This record gives sequence, structure tokens and C-alpha cells, in this order.
Amino acid sequence: MSGAAISPGHVTSADALLEVRGAAKNFGAVCVLKNISLQIAAGEFLTLLGESGSGKTTLLRLIAGFEQPTSGEIWMGNERLDTLPPYKRRVNTVFQNYALFPHLSVRENVAYGLRVKSTPKGEIAGRVEEALRMVKMIGFADARPATLSGGQQQRIALARALINRPQLLLLDEPLSALDANLRKQMQSELKALQREIGIAFLFVTHDQDEAMALSDRIALLRNGALEQVASPREIYSRPATAYAAEFIGQTNLLRGEINNGMVRCGALQWKTSEAGGPALFSVRPEAIQLADIVDDTTGIVQFRGTIQQQIYSGASELLEIDCGENQVLRVRIPASGPLTGEREFVFSAADAVRVTESSDAHASPSKDHESQ
Amino acid sequence: MYSRAYKAAIAAPPLLWVSLFLLLPYALMFAHSFWIVRDGFLVHDWNLQNYRALFTTPLYLQVFLRTARIAASVTLCSLLLGYPLAYYLSFHAGPRKDLLYQLVIVPLWVSYLVRGYAWKTILGSDGVLNGLLQYLHVTREPVSFFLYSPFAVVLMLTHIYTPFVFLPIYAALEHIPRPLVEASQDLGADRRATFLRIILPLSIPGLIAGATFAFVLSLGDFLAPLLVGGPSATMIANIVQSLFGAAYDWPLGAAISVCILLITISLLFLTERLEKRWAFR
Repeated sequence: MSGAAISPGHVTSADALLEVRGAAKNFGAVCVLKNISLQIAAGEFLTLLGESGSGKTTLLRLIAGFEQPTSGEIWMGNERLDTLPPYKRRVNTVFQNYALFPHLSVRENVAYGLRVKSTPKGEIAGRVEEALRMVKMIGFADARPATLSGGQQQRIALARALINRPQLLLLDEPLSALDANLRKQMQSELKALQREIGIAFLFVTHDQDEAMALSDRIALLRNGALEQVASPREIYSRPATAYAAEFIGQTNLLRGEINNGMVRCGALQWKTSEAGGPALFSVRPEAIQLADIVDDTTGIVQFRGTIQQQIYSGASELLEIDCGENQVLRVRIPASGPLTGEREFVFSAADAVRVTESSDAHASPSKDHESQ
Repeated sequence: MYSRAYKAAIAAPPLLWVSLFLLLPYALMFAHSFWIVRDGFLVHDWNLQNYRALFTTPLYLQVFLRTARIAASVTLCSLLLGYPLAYYLSFHAGPRKDLLYQLVIVPLWVSYLVRGYAWKTILGSDGVLNGLLQYLHVTREPVSFFLYSPFAVVLMLTHIYTPFVFLPIYAALEHIPRPLVEASQDLGADRRATFLRIILPLSIPGLIAGATFAFVLSLGDFLAPLLVGGPSATMIANIVQSLFGAAYDWPLGAAISVCILLITISLLFLTERLEKRWAFR
């Protein structure tokens, strides 16, 4: 890949803590990561989000040093990381199933990173206590990991990874083994902890809600390539690709044509300033409303449809609207009692976000899913 | 729920087997050890004379100490060979792992006796080893201490018991979750520190099991000294064999056997406790 062109004296940009430059990884003939370039800023909470097999864990393992990139480089400050063994990298990892050492006590587990660096005994004791206090596990120093609950083991794994005071903490689906309630609680504690200690977190998850709740930025991975890197708000309101729009939240994908300043997607049409040709738009269900009387139709898309389904979910309900021409749109409205028959709907043309087809031809939405 | 009769029927065969072929022989052996041979006849005359002879005859103590020394040497050598082998296979063999594993355990399917005779052929005065050394002009005359020495016994037993040591160690190493090794490196431990602080402690139960196999099996061995040991490497089981055979002193042989049995049982008991002490999952 193009990584070869980078000069050996390369330094990451001033505001980047870690920089991945054109990293690719093959396992035999299988390419799991393709030319990934990504920067992590100091103190940032960056989430690698993707389905299983998207390459998110592999990218994390490249940074931790458990795998070698097939091509490309990883830099931290003016130090090249990808040529260093894991024990020389100034990053630490929280493992998916915690990977606590079963033969060591909680205290010994947390002290491990200091012990192997021959830190003076007095300093170790103080820092272990500090780390245990930080994760609220001060009373468990002499327990064995096997006697702790999943959530407690999680906290010890965090304390152990933070004892070396890394500038970047890698977290590999750390909450996936916890039950739903504990998971929510740990999410907010994790976020609070990250703000408090102010170090960068690189967090791997397949759960888009978790990614939205925790991250400063989300890097969405798909089939080993970055689909979009943006803040949760931006990735939700301005998805770059059809895949990003569908993976994060629900959406309606409208496939159509732009001709002479007009967009035509089945029964829907609106004015646009964009260039002509085939186009794909994402409209979030909550952007569409039941129409009141509309006076000014500038920038408003109006259509008529039959309510096929109404799914009540407490604060809101989801309607499935048949607009004719095989076009079914999903609309989320505030809970408003049973609705039937034909209705008028509107959305702002500005809420129709033009997205690119997904880069990978195999997985692009097929005809059946069109304009759902 | 199963009926009592059904449970009894299921339990009977193994109980019968154990009683007939284990408990009864042990009881007979135990009884014999308190009897005595007088004028060439076995007399059922209860006494402690055999045990007294055992502890007052220097020969028996001397042979027993030699046996323990040989068994300890075999244990040490098998560990020194078996542990690195198991470690390499478990952590570094990659795709060759399964093949190498089969190669290590294949000797287990070859008769003990065949392997004994093979060593005799290799170590003898006109054996393969001496032939090679003379051909290479390393030695002019055949080296005699290769065969019929404690060295030969240790060599042969090490060859035979290394797979027994390898297997439990390999199993223990295979059971170490690999993320533990990664976590250790992630926290700043190099390969050496990771081995000493994580891998070795977690493989101790396998190591103890392997060492126990090698020591206990060597302790009771009588074929290796018979085939390649010679008089200077006579082991305690050879004494027992001759007492039950040519010497026709079953009571004394039984007394020695009881002692060996007690030592073995206490060893097994002790190592089981040790293994439990080191087991964490």
C-alpha cells in the first residue's frame, strides 16, 4: 500500500495522540483491514463501531501490538509503534473477558504493570490503592478474581490497565459480558472516569446505542474499511453512506433521479440544487410528520400515503406508510392514538440527506430493500 | 428414579472387579508380610521379623536410596525435556502443532520391552553408539559404562516416561487462556517475565502431575535395570522380584512391597494436595 511513501522521520500531527496511517491486515488470503487511516486526539473518546467481522477488534490489536499490520504504520507522537513489541508500547488494554490473572489477588493483578517494571515497593502500594479507589474496589484488594462478579472483575481490569498511566486506553468490547442494567451503569461510570482522568479511550463495540452514548467520535467500520468517522450527532444527522444511515438508527432510503433541479423518488419529489443523475437519500422516520395545513411549501416535501401498520412504543409510535409505486416509508410520530386510512405527510427537504451507495457492491441494499 | 436393585446391579461388576483384583491381592500381600518362611515352608506365624530385617539390613536401604535417586533423576530429566517440548508445542508450533503432538505420543504405542531392547542395542559394547564413536575416531575402544549402569537406566526410563510428563504439562499449557499472555505483555512484561509470572505458575498442576507419573512409575520399575542396568543399578523392584522368585521369601518381598505401596500412596496424596493448591479454575 501507499504506506511505503511515508518518510521515516514522520511525526504525527500536533493535535493527534495516535495516528494510524494506511494500515492493512491480511490473514492469509483474507483481507480483514484495508488501508485504514485514523487519528486519535489526546483525551478523546473514540469508538470503533461495526458488526462482527468488520475488523474493529483487529484494528485495536494492531495498536496494542498483538498483531502486525501487513502494510502501513502506526505512530504515537514521534515514536513508531507498529515495530515495537506490545510490552514496549505506552498503551494499555482492557480485554473483552477481562483476562485477570487467576492465580493473583486483586492487589497483585493491579500491581502487575508496576511490578514487571521494578517499581519501588512503597510506590506500588500507594498507586495500587489509588487505582482501586478510582474504580471503587478498595475493599477487595485481597480477593481472588474468581470470587468477584462480572462487574467487579470489569473494574479490576480497568484499574489494572490504568496503573501504568497510559495516554491511550484500548477497550475491547469491555461491557459485552455484563447484563443490561449493569451495562448501562458501567457505561456512565466509564464515561465519568474517562472525563476525570482525561486520557484518550479507544473503545470497540458492536452496539450502536453504546457508541452514541459514550463517544466523542465514532469510527464506523465495515468489511475492513472505514465507512465514516464523525461525532455521534453528525453521523446520525449527516450519514455519509447508505450503510452508515441504516446501521446507526433507523432510516428510510429513497432511491431516485435528479433531473433539472428536481429530485424524483417514486411518488416523492422536491427541488434541489444538486447535480443531476441517480441519487440516494436518507430520511429519518422522525423527520417526517403528519401534515397540518401547509401554507408555505418552499423546501417542504409533501406526500399522501396509506397507513399499513402502527407500532406503539410508549412515547412514540412507528407508522408504515404505503405511498404507492411500491414505496413504503417509516414515520415516527409522538404517541397520538390509533390512526387509519390515507393521510398527508411532510418532511423538510433539508432532512433528506444525500448518501453514497455503500462502497462494497456485495452488500449494497438490494432492490427489495429499496425505499423502505 | 432407579430402583435399589438396578443400582446394585450396575455397581456390582466394578466392585467385584476391584475386590477380586485389587483389594484381595493387597490383603494377601499385607498378610504375607507378617508371616515367615521356615525350613523352606511358608508358616502362618504372625510376627514383625520381616519389617525388622528390612530396616536393619543395609543392603535394602542402600538399594532403596539408589532407586529413589534414579527415580528422581528420571523425573528431573523428563521435566527438563518434557516441559520445553510442551511449551514449544503449545505456544510456538503454529500449524505443525497437531503433527508434532502425534509424534511425541507415538512411542507410547510401542511396547516397553521393544524400547528396552532397542536401548540395549544402542548402548552395548558392539552397539550403535560405540560403533559410531569408533567410526568417528572419538574413542578407540568400546565404552563400557554406556550399558549396565545407573546411567543407562536413567536414560531408558527418561525416554519412556518423557511423554507421560509431556502430556499433563501440555494439557495445562493449552488451558491457559491466551488473553492472559497478551494482558501480561500489554502491562509491560517481556516474554521472560510473562513466562515466569504467568505461564509457569499456571502450569504447575500439570508439572506436578507429570513429575508424579515419572517418579512413581520409575520407583516401581524392574525391567529397565534388568535389561540395561546390571548389578550396579539394581532397583528395589528387582529385589522384590528375586525374593518372590529364586530366593523364595514371599513374606520379606511382601513387606518391601507394602513399604513401596505406602510411600507411593503418600506421594500421590501429597501431590494431589499440591495440585489442588495450585489450581485456580
